[in-house]
Amino acid sequence: MANANGGKAWAADEQEAGREARSDDPHGPSWGGRLIACHECDLLQTAPELDLHQSARCVRCEALLLRNPVDSLERTLALAAAAALLYVLANFNPLVGIEMQGIRVEVTLFGAVQALWGDGMQAVAGLVFATVILFPVLELTMLMALLIQVRLGRRGRAFPLLFRLVRSLRPWGMIEVLLLGMLVSLVKLSHLSSVILGVAFWAIAALIIVLAAAAQSFNPALLWEARGTGARA
Amino acid sequence: MRPAVTALSLGLLSCHVCGQLARQPIGGGAVRCPRCNVPLHSRRPRSVSTTWALTLASMLLYLPANLLPIMETSSFLGSQQDTILSGVLFLWRSGSWPLAAVVFFASVMVPLLKVIALLHLLLSVQRRSSHRMLQRARLYRLVEFVGRWSMLDIYVIVILAALVRFQGLATVQAGPAALAFGGVVVLTMLAAMSFDPRLIWDAASARVAEGEEGEHG
Ligand SMILES: [Zn+2]
Ligand SMILES: [Zn+2]
Repeated sequence: MANANGGKAWAADEQEAGREARSDDPHGPSWGGRLIACHECDLLQTAPELDLHQSARCVRCEALLLRNPVDSLERTLALAAAAALLYVLANFNPLVGIEMQGIRVEVTLFGAVQALWGDGMQAVAGLVFATVILFPVLELTMLMALLIQVRLGRRGRAFPLLFRLVRSLRPWGMIEVLLLGMLVSLVKLSHLSSVILGVAFWAIAALIIVLAAAAQSFNPALLWEARGTGARA
Repeated sequence: MRPAVTALSLGLLSCHVCGQLARQPIGGGAVRCPRCNVPLHSRRPRSVSTTWALTLASMLLYLPANLLPIMETSSFLGSQQDTILSGVLFLWRSGSWPLAAVVFFASVMVPLLKVIALLHLLLSVQRRSSHRMLQRARLYRLVEFVGRWSMLDIYVIVILAALVRFQGLATVQAGPAALAFGGVVVLTMLAAMSFDPRLIWDAASARVAEGEEGEHG
């Protein structure tokens, strides 16, 4: 397991544990010195003061507790906007195509779902639609709504609900699995016909990289800071 | 051995959404997070029974997912039905053995190993085992991470069925196993999500507490 970032958390003493956790801590996004419970093993520990790029793992179960990426808010917002653009490209352009005896067939993401629906596989079509179109789009728009609210320093009433939805949708967005699936199906077809990679294929490949970068720069602790300013040297 | 100080042992609840700690009122009762207002629980309610139900359901679906055809190909040479395994064999024989290995691992091995891992986690938590807790915590994280990749074969079929529609020449259609297989993936993912990893470590607190009572008594 990677503990390469050098972050270290300390187990809480019982004395420290008696202290109330404060929600309006002036420490900023690192939560340094605050008492936290590990979300995977419930161990109480004092959050260390994190330098930039550092992260802290639980001393007992090694779960990732805190991170402190550089310019988290601005970078995540920029990457999310780039991802939204790539989503549009991925959904409105042909994904892949094949050519057989002079006939050329191309398919879009939504077209593939429609074809499955038309073949009487409505449940599977729904699952595919949800995991590669609906959930990723919802997750991205809600994440941007959250970040913009933090950036403006004004959190609406729906803020916690949005955050919960973003978190519960995350495991169900599967575009990286879709990309691998496209590669496998093209290899299967390459014996029979020539295959063409469409604009949407490359958009999805780029999207996976952008989303990974966004996840790296995202710091959920920022969302709950009392003051909206995410900047912290 | 010094007992581990958990939020539970001090009557604190941690918010699963925002991480805020809150005091459990004396005598129990429902608590909401002071910061984001979600209902708080020290452990996920009915975690073990829900995980059992979802795991058993996914084991049942695993059989039709592997035995029924997942893909029906018809061409001028005749029609052919493929299961997941025969699809893997086709890839292997046509020389793309790295892809055959990837598909075999994602579609056959991952769901199987995932179910075995979940059964192991459930049984060890129910036996209150305090052995190899760190390894089990890592196993849980692995199960959560790897589950989505089982969807691979579904996407392969979707792309093939959408592309290969040359009337008279060749058509590909998804078979009934696709539905069962999608069910296996969704159910095992839900099972992993409903399992509360903190239960693994609760055995340690219980073991230490019992040991101390023994020393004092
Ligand atoms: Zn932990
Ligand atoms: Zn909360």
